Amino acid sequence: MATDTSPAAPAAEPVVSMRNASLRFGDRLLWDGLDLDIAPGEFLAVLGPNGSGKTTMLRTLMGLQELSGGTVKIAGRPATRGSRQVGTIPQQRSFDDNTPLRARDLVALGIDGHKWGIRLKRKAMRRRVDELLELVGATSYAERPVGVLSGGEQQRLRAAQALADDPRLLLCDEPLLSLDLHHQQAISGLIHRQACDHGAAVVFVTHEINPILQYVDRVLYLAGGRFHIGTPGEVMRSEVLSELYGAPIEVFESNGRIVVVGMPETVTHANPQQRAHPLQGA
Amino acid sequence: MDLSEIWSTVFSFEDYAEILPLVSNSLIAGALLGLVGGMIGIFVMLRDMAFAVHGIAELSFAGAAFALLIGTNVVVGSLVGSVLASLLLGIMGAAAKDRNSIIGVLMPFGLGLGILFLALYQGRSANKFGLLTGQIVAVDTVQLGVLAVCSVIVMVALVAMWRPLTFISVDPAVAAARGIPAARLSVAFMVVLGLAVALSIQVVGALLVLALLITPAAAAIRVTSNPVLTVSLSVAFAMTSVVGGILLALAGSLPISPYVTTISFLIYLVCRLIAWRRDRVRHSEKMAAVAA
Ligand SMILES: Nc1ncnc2c1ncn2[C@@H]1O[C@H](COP(=O)(O)OP(=O)(O)OP(=O)(O)O)[C@@H](O)[C@H]1O
Ligand SMILES: [Mg+2]
Repeated sequence: MATDTSPAAPAAEPVVSMRNASLRFGDRLLWDGLDLDIAPGEFLAVLGPNGSGKTTMLRTLMGLQELSGGTVKIAGRPATRGSRQVGTIPQQRSFDDNTPLRARDLVALGIDGHKWGIRLKRKAMRRRVDELLELVGATSYAERPVGVLSGGEQQRLRAAQALADDPRLLLCDEPLLSLDLHHQQAISGLIHRQACDHGAAVVFVTHEINPILQYVDRVLYLAGGRFHIGTPGEVMRSEVLSELYGAPIEVFESNGRIVVVGMPETVTHANPQQRAHPLQGA
Repeated sequence: MDLSEIWSTVFSFEDYAEILPLVSNSLIAGALLGLVGGMIGIFVMLRDMAFAVHGIAELSFAGAAFALLIGTNVVVGSLVGSVLASLLLGIMGAAAKDRNSIIGVLMPFGLGLGILFLALYQGRSANKFGLLTGQIVAVDTVQLGVLAVCSVIVMVALVAMWRPLTFISVDPAVAAARGIPAARLSVAFMVVLGLAVALSIQVVGALLVLALLITPAAAAIRVTSNPVLTVSLSVAFAMTSVVGGILLALAGSLPISPYVTTISFLIYLVCRLIAWRRDRVRHSEKMAAVAA
C-alpha cells in the first residue's frame, strides 16, 4: 500500500504544484504570485479570515475554479474535475431532514456515486462501507437517516467518503467543524494517517490550528489579498500576522498551543463589498 | 340526489365481470404509469421539484389541447408540450429560485393557451374535460403502444442515471468534486420528467399529476430511508393508486382521477401516521434512557 512513506521526501514529484498562481473576482484579489509545491505525505494547513479565499483555493485544486493567472498541476497534470486521486471533505452543509438515505448510503455514494446505472455488487460494497464507517466511528449510526444526524455525525461521514478511494491528495475544508474534542482528534488523526501511511498530500483548511498543530508541516496563511507560507513556527508570529492583517496582532505560545490575540473584526479588502460565502456553515 | 344515490354512483359494481376484460388495456397502462410515477417521484422529491411538475403539466395540457383542436394524436401533443416545457425549465432555471419564478410565469400562460384551444374545439366535451381531470377508460392498442414505449424509455433512462443523479441531488458539493456533470444530468432528468408528466396526464389529467408523481414517493420517504425500500414502496403505492382507482371507477360513470387521488392520499396519511407513531416511540425510548 504505502509506496513512499517519508514525508516531504526531496526527490518525490510534488502532488500539488502551483506556479505564480493568482485569482481575482472582478477587482477583488484573493491572492497573487502564489508558488506552492506540496510533496507526498505533506500536511499543509490553510488559515485565514472568512472570505480570504481558502475554499476557493481548494476549488482550484479540484479543477472547479479557473485561476486568473499562473498554473496549477496535480501530480504533474493540470487540475481537472473529478480526478479519482483527489478526496474532499467539503465545507459543512447539512442534509435535508427527509433525505431518503441512511448514513451507509451516503458513504457508498462517495465510493461509486459517479458510476452509471444502479449498484450491482452490493455485498462487496457493504463490506467496504462497513470498514469506512468503523474507521470514523460511525458504525453505531450506520442505518440512521442522514437527515436526522447531528452536524458532527454528518461530518464524520464526510471524512469516510473522502478516504474511500485512498486519495493521493486530500482536500479538507474545515473538517473539524462541529466535532467534539474526542472526534476532532480522531478525525485529524485519520487524515494525518492518510498522509504518513499512504503518502497522500493533505490540504487542511481550518480556523483553529491547535487541534492539528502536531501534524502540520507547513502553514499557508491567507488574508486581505496577501499570503504567507512557512512552518507553523515561521508563520504564526506576531510580526507576520500583524503585517498580513495590517493591524497589531500578538501571538503567544503556551503549553504547546498557539494563542492569537487582537484579530481585527474585519479585514480590509481591495473591494469592501465582501459577502459571506453562500455555502458557509453556521 | 340523496346520499345513497351518491354512494351508488361512486361505488357501482354492476356488470363488473363483463366490463373487466374490456379495460385490460387501461389496466396495463395504469400499472406502467404507476411504475414510472413511483420511480421518478423519488427524484422529484429529492430535487424539490413538485412545482416544476405542476408547471410542466399545464404546458403539456396546452399541447394536448392543441392536438385535439387540430385533430392529431393527443398523446403526442401532450408529449411535445411537456418536453418543450421541461427543456425550457432545465436550461433556463438551473437554480431552484429562478426555476420557481419561471414556472410561475409559464404555468398560467400554458393553462390559458389550453383553455383557448379547448374553447375553439367543436368536438365531444368529454374529451376536453378529460385532459384536465383524467380519462383512461378506453385506451386503444395504439395508445397503449405509445404509452409503453415512453414508459420504457423513462425507466431505462432513470436506471442509467440513478446513482449520479442521486449524488448530485443530495450532495452537490461532493458530487461536483467527483466530476459528475451536474448541469447536463439535470437537463436530461428534466426531459425524462417531461415524458413522465405527459404519460401521467393520460390517466389522471393535468391538474392531478402530482397525485401520481409526488404523493407515492412522499409517502414512502416518510416511512423509510433505506433507498431500495423507498423506491419499492413508492412504486407499490403508485401502482395501487392507479390500478385500484381504475378498478373502482370501472362500472360507474365518474372519471377515475378522484379514485386515484383519494387512494394515494389515504396511503400518504397512513404513512404519516406510521412515521408519527414511530417517532413518538423513539422519543419516549430516548426519554426513558435519559431517565434511567
Ligand atoms: N464564483 C465567484 N464569483 C465571485 N466571487 C466569488 C466566487 N467564489 C468566491 N467568491 C468570493 O471570493 C471570496 C473568497 O471565498 P471563499 O469561499 O474562498 O472564502 P473562505 O476563505 O473559504 O471563507 P470562509 O472562512 O468563510 O469559508 C469571497 O469573498 C467570495 O464571495
Ligand atoms: Mg470556506
